[in-house]
Amino acid sequence: MSSPGEPLVVLDAVTFRYPGPPPVLAVRWATLRVSAGEHVALTGASGSGKSTLLNLMGLLDRPTAGRVLFDGADLSAAPEPDRAAVRACRVGFVFQSFHLLPNRTAAENVMLGQVYAGVPRARRIDLAMHALDRVGLAARAWALPSQLSGGERQRVAVARAVVNRPWLLLCDEPTGNLDSAATAQLLGLFDELHADGIAVVVVTHNPAVSGRAERRVSMRDGVLTDASGGDLGADPQAS
Amino acid sequence: MRIRRRRDTAPAVRSRLSAGDLARESLAGILQRPGRSALTMLGTVLGIGTFVVVLGLSETANGQISKNFNALLATQVTVTDTGAANATTPTLDFPSDASVAADRINGVIAAGVWWQVLLGSATAAQVSNLPGDDAPAGVNLPVYAADPGALRASQPSLANGVLFNAFDQAEREPVAVLSAAAAAQLGVLGAASQPTVFIAGQAFTVVGIIRSDSRLPQFGLGLIVPASTALADWGLPQPAQPAQMIIRTRVGAAQVVARQAAVAIRPDDPGLLSAAAPAAPTTLRNAVAASLRTLLLSLAAVAVIVGALGIANTSLVAIMERTAEIGLRRALGARPGHIAAQFLTESAVLGLGGGVIGTGAGVVITLAVTVAERWTAILEPTVVLLALPAGAVVGLVAGLYPALRASSIEPAEALRR
Ligand SMILES: Nc1ncnc2c1ncn2[C@@H]1O[C@H](COP(=O)(O)OP(=O)(O)O)[C@@H](O)[C@H]1O
Ligand SMILES: [Mg+2]
Repeated sequence: MSSPGEPLVVLDAVTFRYPGPPPVLAVRWATLRVSAGEHVALTGASGSGKSTLLNLMGLLDRPTAGRVLFDGADLSAAPEPDRAAVRACRVGFVFQSFHLLPNRTAAENVMLGQVYAGVPRARRIDLAMHALDRVGLAARAWALPSQLSGGERQRVAVARAVVNRPWLLLCDEPTGNLDSAATAQLLGLFDELHADGIAVVVVTHNPAVSGRAERRVSMRDGVLTDASGGDLGADPQAS
Repeated sequence: MRIRRRRDTAPAVRSRLSAGDLARESLAGILQRPGRSALTMLGTVLGIGTFVVVLGLSETANGQISKNFNALLATQVTVTDTGAANATTPTLDFPSDASVAADRINGVIAAGVWWQVLLGSATAAQVSNLPGDDAPAGVNLPVYAADPGALRASQPSLANGVLFNAFDQAEREPVAVLSAAAAAQLGVLGAASQPTVFIAGQAFTVVGIIRSDSRLPQFGLGLIVPASTALADWGLPQPAQPAQMIIRTRVGAAQVVARQAAVAIRPDDPGLLSAAAPAAPTTLRNAVAASLRTLLLSLAAVAVIVGALGIANTSLVAIMERTAEIGLRRALGARPGHIAAQFLTESAVLGLGGGVIGTGAGVVITLAVTVAERWTAILEPTVVLLALPAGAVVGLVAGLYPALRASSIEPAEALRR
């Protein structure tokens, strides 16, 4: 893994337009550097472009203009298998709406994250149980999503995102469905991951969550501003 | 602050989908909706099943026809004396060396002339086991004249004694071969003691008794004497029962022998004879069956196509429903190719399942019909061996377009659903 402080993911003058119709310019000229092991909170009004920005950082979407660098490599125009490889082994996603497969147990949902990362089958269950244990759900490993509460499903999604020990964890409003106790537990987990050197970018409206982050950035109408007054990692091309 | 230069090498990590995972994920996709998967297979089951039944049954039916036919008729040629049939006086258009001439034709195993002896106008002669005058009224039995070649060609099954031979024919010996039926009526127990029977008062020595003759069944009802002896004693065959020649050929040679026989026997006037190999019934039956078979096979092909469309349609619907799942898999690191492989495998497994069930059902139905008809089942192993993977091929072809569609779904777009 890149050592702490080194840039892990860099958005370099990234613009993203949804083709529509009508076309929507969801991200405008955004420049952001997230270092290895950094903990960043992303805030902003609904529709300001936070989810779109997260998709760009996680290599789910390709920018309309600008570059996305991951661990130093420009992957914005890289072949899809290269981007898939980074998603499989280096990035963990926690989606706003969980995206668990309804007919698979919690453990099986976590193990799906190991399939494309090429984790040997014999090691999957132990690693999955460990990840579920970290989110406090080891006892519910064999429950189906329909048998879990919203908060528990969210934690299964978190377990799936961290099971491959990614370098970057991207969370889209992870506490939206959680009560304060569960939120506190999730924040504790973020701290642990941070301590492990995993960079975390979390989209949130919850001040308790953004308060824990080292850095807060916010979006408005697709434009990225630094809410904590720090350096956004200004345009690397400029120098 | 600096960032590293653009790295031209691919990332050190790879996304994978092992064969085992591909199989497990595809199977899970199919079993996710078992009812729908079963219905999807139905078209392929019907199509492949019909193929197997139609091919299996027509093969079996053909086999039965040729089985009954081959043994005797396919190796037999009959030459009739058409000259004699048109005559009013006793006539024999077969020369004395007719069997020798016929024997020389390529493919002939044995040949000989025979006819039924008519004494006066009666088809049966008075036969007795006692001399003429003091004999109590004997029994009426048909009498046949045959040269030894005719007996070799018709192959009667001998109960005891021997058949008369070339010597008896050459010497016009007064010998007779009795059918078992005639022997019973005459009280003749066996040929060993060379008993004498009297045909229209004339003494003949019994040299052999035959059980039956499948090529010339009439031999199994009466007495047979050498043709030369019959000619000497009773003259030429009557026009009502002209002479015939029976030729036994090697398998497959009958038609060719029939074409050459008349010229070979009567090069001077082949028109007096007419030779015929029985029309091969298989040819006729096949012609009738072939059109039905073509119709049924066309129906089977339609069923297979419907099956393929069913698989394609279900796959497209499934992809719509599973868009979010596809997006999730892509987010978890699946390549487009991995998505395509999974959906293609699902289609192929559905097709293979349809093929396996269809083949099994087809074989069972074929066997059931065969047993009901008391036939011997003839199922080409190649039909079965081809039917099984045919289903998978149908599934693969049907799944190609849906798989391509699935793999081109944009992950971020899919996850927004
Ligand atoms: N698929 C799409 N097509 C067109 N416009 C979209 C699409 N998804 C999002 N948008 C628009 O892009 C903007 C940013 O959306 P999003 O990134 O989801 O915002 P946020 O996550 O901050 O709520 C919004 O105006 C939204 O309406
Ligand atoms: Mg959002």
